[in-house]
Amino acid sequence: MGAPATVQLEGQSLTCAGEWRLPGVAALEARLEQLSLPRGRLEISGEALEGLDVAGARLLHRLVSRVEAAGGEVNLHLCEEHRRLLELAARVRRPERLHEPRESFLSEVGRVSWEHWWEFRGFLGFLGEVVAEFARRLLRPSTARPRRFLNELEQGGVRAVPIVAVLSFLVGLVIAYQLSTALDTYGATVFLPELLTTTMLRELGPLIVAILVAGRTASSYAAELGTMKINEEIDALRTLGISPFDMLILPKLLALIFALPLLTVLAGLSGMLGGALVNWAVHEQGVTAFLQRLPEGMSYRHFWLGLVKAPVFAAVIALIGCRQGLRVKRGAGGVGQATTRAVVQAIFAVIVINAVFSIIYNLQGL
Amino acid sequence: MTRPAGQEPHIELEGLRFQRDGRPIFEDVSLSIPRGKVTAIMGPSGTGKTTLLRLVTGQLLPERGSIRVDGQEVTGIGREALYRLRKRIGFLFQHGALLTDLDVYENVAFPLREHTQLPDCLIHHLVMTKLQSVGLRGAARLMPSQLSGGMARRVGLARAVVMDPELVLYDEPFAGLDPISMGVIVRLIREINEALGLTSVIVSHDIEEVSQVADWAWIIADGRIIAGGTPEELRGEESPWVRQFMHRLSDGPVPFHFPARDYPEDLREVPR
Repeated sequence: MGAPATVQLEGQSLTCAGEWRLPGVAALEARLEQLSLPRGRLEISGEALEGLDVAGARLLHRLVSRVEAAGGEVNLHLCEEHRRLLELAARVRRPERLHEPRESFLSEVGRVSWEHWWEFRGFLGFLGEVVAEFARRLLRPSTARPRRFLNELEQGGVRAVPIVAVLSFLVGLVIAYQLSTALDTYGATVFLPELLTTTMLRELGPLIVAILVAGRTASSYAAELGTMKINEEIDALRTLGISPFDMLILPKLLALIFALPLLTVLAGLSGMLGGALVNWAVHEQGVTAFLQRLPEGMSYRHFWLGLVKAPVFAAVIALIGCRQGLRVKRGAGGVGQATTRAVVQAIFAVIVINAVFSIIYNLQGL
Repeated sequence: MTRPAGQEPHIELEGLRFQRDGRPIFEDVSLSIPRGKVTAIMGPSGTGKTTLLRLVTGQLLPERGSIRVDGQEVTGIGREALYRLRKRIGFLFQHGALLTDLDVYENVAFPLREHTQLPDCLIHHLVMTKLQSVGLRGAARLMPSQLSGGMARRVGLARAVVMDPELVLYDEPFAGLDPISMGVIVRLIREINEALGLTSVIVSHDIEEVSQVADWAWIIADGRIIAGGTPEELRGEESPWVRQFMHRLSDGPVPFHFPARDYPEDLREVPR
């Protein structure tokens, strides 16, 4: 390191000395700001400069411009090398706008819709591929992988049992409380079991399970496949003559399609248990009374209507998770983005599909 | 350009053209790889050496040209045939590409379990002999995360040859290894090639190691084959390109700089 950068003003002459380089630029800039530059002609002598880089030259250039802007004149004494550097610095163009022009609201809406449309088309493409592969497998069941299937069933299904049971129990509890407040007003608390059962079996049970599984499993599928893709494990499988579809996607898909209806039944049951508990605590009706109040025909219908949705949710969740995993690009953010996208898309899809089911059921008068 | 003389070709590429994202990778590549020998494909990074291996295993499709492995055309064969073909090809990935949820033993056993109905005791013998040959019998129960880079590649090698393939493709087997592991891999490639009588293809840019192990080398640049010969012949080659590559000159026909505009021009303009 040479001497620190200095600048000295004496009357009409300014002497620059030391190292005018990047490390000292900040201090130097503050010092230059404080200088009250004289009017008229200014002699700047830089022969004593020990070093100059582009940052220093920019500073020098700014000083010159300041004097010239105030109507003064500058006489520079610099060695040839430094003068060329100053010329280069003088030609640096300032960007005209520091920020990109703001996208208009309309164009943003358009762009985002377009992106989502392509995302949706991509998903449909993946769905088509999976269906085609699956149809081919149906002809040769020997390619099935029971061990993988059971493993996935444990990960995605069995391990989700406690959380599904607890959460739907609590949701049942809350719904029952809300219902009994409303029903109390009309003195109709006897209808609580019917209403609760309908809600839990037909709507909330399947939805809670699907959202939980979307959060747990879609993310883990995306992360698993994404990491495998980055580690070249998926390429390795292909070159070993093993289709990643058989080995990874199919067991996951089938396991989830199998597990989700079972979890939905569990959710319905523990939700009803929560309701029965409230019924007993608030209205002092026993569980037997609660069960007796369940009009059989009606509950069965709701039970099946709720259950039908579960495999559809399962397929969509598994496919979204796998697709996002396989799309991961190299880079630190890749897997993180894929998991986020998997969870968001899966939950979104579940809620939209649920709405579609509701509309269809209503149109069919079910 | 000369061809490796007097050898029956195992792999033959003819008039291969391939592009990715509109950028041509191969313009017109023709080469043949002799059976039972170690052949190297060399070239600077980014010339598509790995892409070439992927084309051979049918993971990518060329735009034009033909790829024949064992006399069988790879482009446009059905997927069943392609998977059958891949079972006869061993592939060593740059970083081993072990399945991270299986231990070393299961990784090596994996192709056997997938493709054969062999009884467990036979699988055990096969796995142990392969692990013995790469010197990692003692590491059988370690998980891939516990292995060093060189060890992972040796396990990858054991897995690549466990099905006794006729052809083994090595993708950058020397990249990023310490000198000792590098020596080990060089020795293993040579030994395995001789012991199993298979055809080896090495994609690499490590001239020293390739010279030690390869019988024949092709040099690729700018989407075409620019030279072929034994490593000794290539060292004596006069063309400026081959000279630059074989003698590690930083500037020459392959420029040091990525194409860019004028240097002062770039300095002057502050990006937004």
